[in-house]
Amino acid sequence: MARFTDSAAQAVADVKDGATVLIGGFGAAGQPVELIEALLEQGSTGLTVVNNNAGNGEVGLAALIGAGRVAKMICSFPRQSDSQIFDAAYRAGKVQLELVPQGTLAERIRAGGAGIGGFFTPTGYGTPLAEGKETRVIDGRGQVFESPIRADVALVKALTADRLGNLVYRKTARNFGPVMAAAAEHAIVQVSNVVDVGGLDPEVIVTPGIYVDTVVEIPHPSAPVSA
Amino acid sequence: MNSTDTPLAKADLAALVAGDIETGSFVNLGIGQPTLVADHLTPEQHVTLHTENGMLGMGRAAVGDEIDPDLINAGKIPVVENPGAAYFHHADSFAMMRGGHLDVCVLGAFQVSVRGDLANWSTGAPDAIPAVGGAMDLAIGARQTWVMMTLFGKDGTPKIVTDLTYPATGVTCVSRVYTPEAVFLVDPETGLSVRETHGPSIDELSERMGLELRPT
Repeated sequence: MARFTDSAAQAVADVKDGATVLIGGFGAAGQPVELIEALLEQGSTGLTVVNNNAGNGEVGLAALIGAGRVAKMICSFPRQSDSQIFDAAYRAGKVQLELVPQGTLAERIRAGGAGIGGFFTPTGYGTPLAEGKETRVIDGRGQVFESPIRADVALVKALTADRLGNLVYRKTARNFGPVMAAAAEHAIVQVSNVVDVGGLDPEVIVTPGIYVDTVVEIPHPSAPVSA
Repeated sequence: MNSTDTPLAKADLAALVAGDIETGSFVNLGIGQPTLVADHLTPEQHVTLHTENGMLGMGRAAVGDEIDPDLINAGKIPVVENPGAAYFHHADSFAMMRGGHLDVCVLGAFQVSVRGDLANWSTGAPDAIPAVGGAMDLAIGARQTWVMMTLFGKDGTPKIVTDLTYPATGVTCVSRVYTPEAVFLVDPETGLSVRETHGPSIDELSERMGLELRPT
């Protein structure tokens, strides 16, 4: 059952060195800014981070990479106009990169949470990103085998939680949140508000509380960094 | 052959693409030049736009008080939602793409081969940091993948080629190529043909592109 903490610092206190951490968000939308900042303070290192991007500007994930705490990034789109911290760390050989097509990234995480041992997808077939991977022709179409991603921890931002950890999101800030919450041993969620049990319509709950381990209420989350 | 005397301007090319989209289609417009297509879709077309970060029914760019950091498109530009919009998570968004539920995807490109292979994610420069985003999923996901690009690079090099020299985004996935000088169709059986020209004749294009072109 979901545990509620009073601060982002308490929420991320148990993240261990070498952990694999899923971080939600697509650009600014859905970025769990306070949880990322708390992880930066918390000090765990040698992390493998899974996010669509590899940090923007100087704060959040970029700051975590800049502080030398990320050993490996698994992402679809690391290079952006303001990804200078990742770029420098990558060129200096301080961070490894596993580049994954965006839909394959989402499906690998979904598979991780769903107990699927991998899947064949047409995405990437015949391209450099399929090199070294098992391929098959299925129904006349070339497909590439992709393995699931599971993680020790997920950091996710949602709009509202009830006291059982059931979640609803807001607009395109939903993005990777639901699949990441399901694919982590320990899903940590920051929400803008918490309501009593019964306060969410069961028909509109997006992430059932079974996937959620820790919730922290951050009533006025920072304006996320632009991307 | 529906020809004009001069190559099409960007807006006219976008209007041509928009006009070719069937009524009631679900469409994804790639980042860059393809986003211009949205400006030329008419309400009567009832086209629903998909954005891969989790939305159907995407509206125009947001302005002023409409700007909401939780409501952006795949290019991370704030947008508005149209009536009847729906939100879903990333895995569902790419499932609907990969699963062939989108009718058309319009993408930019560095190169397209005569078989419809697409290169639009990397120039293959050895020192570049690679980034792919949703390009490979978009290339192979929709029922039809259309490319919208200039026909020639800045140095005059043709961008429709016998074999890709840039790294592939997808193979045999492009069915149409819209360029200012001509619209090309790519058939998996019969290969490349020219549906219409704007400016140069088919013979002139064959010469400049180093390909033996034929009308559709």
